[in-house]
Amino acid sequence: MKTNKIIYLDHAATTPLDPRVLEAMQPYFTEDFGNPSSFHSVGMRAKDAVAEARGTVARLLGGHEDEILFTSGGTESDNLAVMGVPRYWHEKNGVLPHVITSAVEHYAVLEPLIAMDRKKEIELTIVGVSREGQISVEEVMSAIKSNTVLISIMTANNEIGTIQPIAELGREILKYRKLHATTFPYLHTDACQATGFLDLNVEKTHVDLLTLNGSKMYGPKGVGVLYVRRGVKVQPMFIGGGQEKNLRSGTENVPGIIGLAKAFELVQAEREVESARLSTLRDRLAQGLLSIPKTILNGHPKERLPNSVNISFIDIEGEAAVLYLDAQGIMVSTGSACASTSLDPSHVILATGLSYEAAHGSIRFTLGHSTTEEDVDFVLRVMPAIVERLRLMSPANLDMKYFA
Amino acid sequence: MQGDVIAKKEDKGWFYTDTVKEHFFHPKNFLEDEAAYGDAYLGMVGSPACGDAMKVYLKIEKDADGLERIKDFKWKTFGCASAIAATSMLSVMVTEHGGMLLEEALKLRPQDIMLRLGGLPARKIHCSVLGDKALRSAVNDYYRKSGQIDKISLEAGRVIDHVLKITDHDIEEAVLEGADTLEKVQARTKVGTGDPSCIPEVENLIRFYKEKYFGA
Repeated sequence: MKTNKIIYLDHAATTPLDPRVLEAMQPYFTEDFGNPSSFHSVGMRAKDAVAEARGTVARLLGGHEDEILFTSGGTESDNLAVMGVPRYWHEKNGVLPHVITSAVEHYAVLEPLIAMDRKKEIELTIVGVSREGQISVEEVMSAIKSNTVLISIMTANNEIGTIQPIAELGREILKYRKLHATTFPYLHTDACQATGFLDLNVEKTHVDLLTLNGSKMYGPKGVGVLYVRRGVKVQPMFIGGGQEKNLRSGTENVPGIIGLAKAFELVQAEREVESARLSTLRDRLAQGLLSIPKTILNGHPKERLPNSVNISFIDIEGEAAVLYLDAQGIMVSTGSACASTSLDPSHVILATGLSYEAAHGSIRFTLGHSTTEEDVDFVLRVMPAIVERLRLMSPANLDMKYFA
Repeated sequence: MQGDVIAKKEDKGWFYTDTVKEHFFHPKNFLEDEAAYGDAYLGMVGSPACGDAMKVYLKIEKDADGLERIKDFKWKTFGCASAIAATSMLSVMVTEHGGMLLEEALKLRPQDIMLRLGGLPARKIHCSVLGDKALRSAVNDYYRKSGQIDKISLEAGRVIDHVLKITDHDIEEAVLEGADTLEKVQARTKVGTGDPSCIPEVENLIRFYKEKYFGA
């Protein structure tokens, strides 16, 4: 059956721009196009707009304006946090910094840390996760050493949607710092996937650095935020020009910044209603898909993002299923090897203890503003036949007892 | 890599050529009903854990000139679109025009399949490499069963248990020696005691070799 309607279920990859955001951005391309660093009124208008956006983001995060850095996106924010904090600290103290992170972090966190570890710039501890994808706060805390300067744990996972106990971790780190009369370790969290669903108030979660990405919140691509708490020092990566308090030189992406602030405001205002609506659809989708034989839900059954369903279909390979779904107008994604440049399947699903076989057959459905009950039901109508056909084609017939 | 064929329009719209799409969405010669197919020479390469696995069912007959020809080629593939399309294309290539001569089929290279597919994205090329290997593995099965032992060309074994360095050949040998359950194969090889994650695959292999040698 052919259909012309596109059912976009890949909101964790990126979201469409909210038309209200586009409207807010529009004047800053052609009318108020100025450089915020210029001393004339065109520049001033751009500067005022950026300041206002910064205020909005600060308010929504429960922080101060001088704690908000605008960047080019989630990757830059993550890199700046996990590279910038240990480097600054090392330069100041001359001691090898220790960093703790988890096995399910985004590559924008994991790769720079692993590279710095290899170059002996830092000492690195990577904590594992439970079958549901959660870290153990106790394990993280017991990994802390006198030279631990940074702990980077994501708020919610991009592949399996598992929500981490960030506030609990933040509280424990506060306690540790008080007990040991020290200002660190600092807590960094990548909150890109959680932006539309969770309360990101830094006073409640006690995080010291936080990453946001415009393109995951119905905002523009190419713009992100790094929240850096007062007193936390980072070594900049971009130098020359002195923008963003010397921490991120380069002319500000004014329309992007305006768009991000508007998008953040909108998703946070609507997050409770949207979370409730999507949770219902998510559960309907997950239940329906799990009624297909030989399927496993990846991630946490309860502590998961309202828009995220990740399922392993045993005996089939994810990419093949993604393309058959695409032919039906359904856009989803897979963490399987064939879809990425690495030969290994999703590091996240492997970290939860699932075998390579099951990881290769994992498919992620991430819902969003456009998702309706009809969309979910359409997926549930076409998916069983696709799985059945690919299984008919597959020589694999693995025993489910290994995936219990 | 010399001789690689890479699709030109890799970054525009569809990732694959129209031929790849056709063979992926409408695969030719895949085996739906194993039980009804009857005796065939079997070949298998890869594993679901690696992300690609291919099983081949071959029928071979001598033609009027007494030359060995591929009479039929059926397959099952676990893998991405290019793996499925490449096996499908291989099945067409060896069965068209009355069936390919066995000695020609043994000369097929992955590049030949890719040419017919109009190219594959560079990082997908490893997938289709499996097709010719699976074919050779099935032809070996034919040589073995027809007593042409001297013609068997052995591929290097594939390591299954990375801790104990146990290969698929070791498991094949254990099954040939009569070990027909996981426990019996483990009693001979200790496979999986160092790396339990390979056990599902070991069981899969035991099933395959039992079927191949003992038809059960």
